[in-house]
Amino acid sequence: MEGEFVEMGKLIGAGLACTGMGGAAVGVGHVVGNFLSGALRNPNAAAGQTATMFIGIAFAEALGIFSFLVALLLMYAM
Amino acid sequence: MATGSESSFDIRPMDQFIISPLFSEGDLNWYTFTNQSLWMLIALLGIIGLFVFGIRKGDVVPGRIQSIAEVVYVFVHKMVVDIAGQEGLKYFPYIFSLFLLILFGNVLGLLPYSFTFTSHIAVTGILALLVFVSVTVLGFIRNGVRFLSLFWISSAPLALRPVLLVIEVISYFVRPVSHSIRLAGNMMAGHAVIKVFAGFAGVMGLGAIAPIFAIVAVYGLEMLVVVIQAYVFTILTCVYLNDALHPGH
Repeated sequence: MEGEFVEMGKLIGAGLACTGMGGAAVGVGHVVGNFLSGALRNPNAAAGQTATMFIGIAFAEALGIFSFLVALLLMYAM
Repeated sequence: MATGSESSFDIRPMDQFIISPLFSEGDLNWYTFTNQSLWMLIALLGIIGLFVFGIRKGDVVPGRIQSIAEVVYVFVHKMVVDIAGQEGLKYFPYIFSLFLLILFGNVLGLLPYSFTFTSHIAVTGILALLVFVSVTVLGFIRNGVRFLSLFWISSAPLALRPVLLVIEVISYFVRPVSHSIRLAGNMMAGHAVIKVFAGFAGVMGLGAIAPIFAIVAVYGLEMLVVVIQAYVFTILTCVYLNDALHPGH
């Protein structure tokens, strides 16, 4: 009985951890949206800044990947 | 997973990441030839094939394979110069091999029945730790104690600097963690999504039009993601290298 509760708690926790991905989605969308609005105002400068955009995406996305990792750890490793 | 195994709805998207020995039974040792080693070997042979046999003729007007090799080379070369400056070119061979290994690992992992070795934190963790340790050592060799000015930001107000010091030190030591988990997590998640939809298609049988279209769509997205993740890993290596070469700005 106790094991079932632990299992249930793990699965609920894994599901809750996945809500963190929504934050990463907001972050990545924010980075790309702002890049695009800036790029459309000054298209000449856009090409030089794509690398910066990808770095920004990577940093924003890493935190979403952390929440995915927490979910995986809860389901498989603990 | 413990649940769901008793019904016919039995999808195991994570089974593709299991490491198994190929030619022997029993335990895994450091010398055991596993599916992981096999796909690393295939990636290595692919890189050698692309760059040794593709370039060997050295035509002035490049053929198909030679132009692929040239495009990849110029792409990484430009990335290193843009981010880390001309001094970073000394470390270009390492960054280029890193990019090629990750790119080939990611792309080969998309083949059906293949194994994605970059989806394991053991692999990406070693790659990220090598970058982290070598960049830190390089920073101290090149700049001595001045490398620590990376953490003591002199352009900030004096009252803020201790707070920033704590934040910068933490973010510096989180680098290898996020660097490796980003790649492994992206690969794992993307390939698991494809397998989940494939499981839906398997359950639905012949009427599975929607899951098959979903697989095609996700597969197209994954083609993009695997290349971007190789690019992101390499560009972050360049950023860290730039921090080591020019601390303080």
